[in-house]
Amino acid sequence: MALTREQMAQRVAGELKDGFYVNLGIGIPTLVANYVPVGMEVMLQSENGLLGMGPFPTEDEIDPDMINAGKQTVTARIGASIMDSAEAFAMIRGGHIDLTVLGAFQVDVLGNIASWMVPGKLIKGMGGAMDLVAGAENIIVTMTHASKDGESKLLQRCTLPLTGAGCIKRILTDLAYLEIDQGAFVLKERAPGVSVGEIVEKTAGELVVPDHVPEMRFA
Amino acid sequence: MAGFDKRVTSYEQALEGLEDGMTVLAGGFGLCGIPENLIAEIKRKGTKNLTVVSNNCGVDGFGLGLLLEDRQIRKMISSYVGENALFEKQLLDGELEVELTPQGTLAEKMRAGGAGVPAFYTATGYGTPIAEGKEVRQFDGRHYVLEHAITGDFAIVKGWKADKYGNVIYRHTARNFNPLAAAAGKITVVEVEEIVEPGELEPGEIQTPGIYVDRLICGTFEKRIEKRTVRD
Repeated sequence: MALTREQMAQRVAGELKDGFYVNLGIGIPTLVANYVPVGMEVMLQSENGLLGMGPFPTEDEIDPDMINAGKQTVTARIGASIMDSAEAFAMIRGGHIDLTVLGAFQVDVLGNIASWMVPGKLIKGMGGAMDLVAGAENIIVTMTHASKDGESKLLQRCTLPLTGAGCIKRILTDLAYLEIDQGAFVLKERAPGVSVGEIVEKTAGELVVPDHVPEMRFA
Repeated sequence: MAGFDKRVTSYEQALEGLEDGMTVLAGGFGLCGIPENLIAEIKRKGTKNLTVVSNNCGVDGFGLGLLLEDRQIRKMISSYVGENALFEKQLLDGELEVELTPQGTLAEKMRAGGAGVPAFYTATGYGTPIAEGKEVRQFDGRHYVLEHAITGDFAIVKGWKADKYGNVIYRHTARNFNPLAAAAGKITVVEVEEIVEPGELEPGEIQTPGIYVDRLICGTFEKRIEKRTVRD
């Protein structure tokens, strides 16, 4: 069975470590915050200028001056700090964020990522995505393995305009966890009940399949 | 003598000298911390052919979206413009030009502009369409793109509190691009919720020192929320 969005978030949460500063993108990455293991402390960064994002507010706590990078009303947790946008991105570009999780349209075997623009469709902008992929060492891309039409999103070369070149090493899809090494995807884990054959079939880029591919475990 | 008293008494006075074709830097992220009354005054004034530098372009009928209604903006420099149907229409009709800039690069361009740094190298955008035609250099084996600083004829800024010297503090994440815009404007106009007595703000707390501020005005704000989100 392909993973649900929640299961994907849960698997990514297994990569968190105590004391991590983490930037979560919009969509599935945002859900990772729900699966931080009990007793572990992580600090969520929001690139508009908040380090230490708390939960969404109650009706009484809503404050128009406190929002996240998705423009949603949020709260600040104890220990949070607030800074201007240049400083928020200095943290990102200076490599201070321990883990970045974001979505994508396509990733290829060279670690290129396309996530912001589909030619012919309206271009809305890249927001902070280009800064995040260029600045972070440790990035996990979350996306479905194939599009709704069945086209693989793991390619030999991205066909859409890039968000960043050569910056992705780790990908979690609804079918598998993969890493990129020496110009190929390496299949590291498969979703429970998903066959290696299905993953091979739905991966367009070069894929290395080790002799043993364990089933994914959840944090 | 006014000394360092930056206060003006009307919004008309606050934007005196703003002319057609100028570049305006605007603080704010989404609708958070936007100089909403200064934007409304630009609409009233009818200034045209503006280049506006702001992370977003408001929404239909509020914030910078107001300036689209009478086609006052010729060019937008932004990182994300997806919240605005009129923007989309004018872009498709070729009435509006947009220069999409990564959010961190946009912030750094303003910071550099205010700090007298003409350009800087960044890894952001290397190998992507936004690096096309730009100088690339390698440092320690990695590629970086040369990006130029941005300054504005005017900067319009929203603060929380200020004293008459133009020392400004911001509230929560309404800070965002505001201090960056403030430093990069030839004429910087700040509107705040409250003007306090000198000495009330701790010197060490000031986020925009008065040296960057030319005009200061106190306003009332709607503070519209773009995505009201609550927990269960």
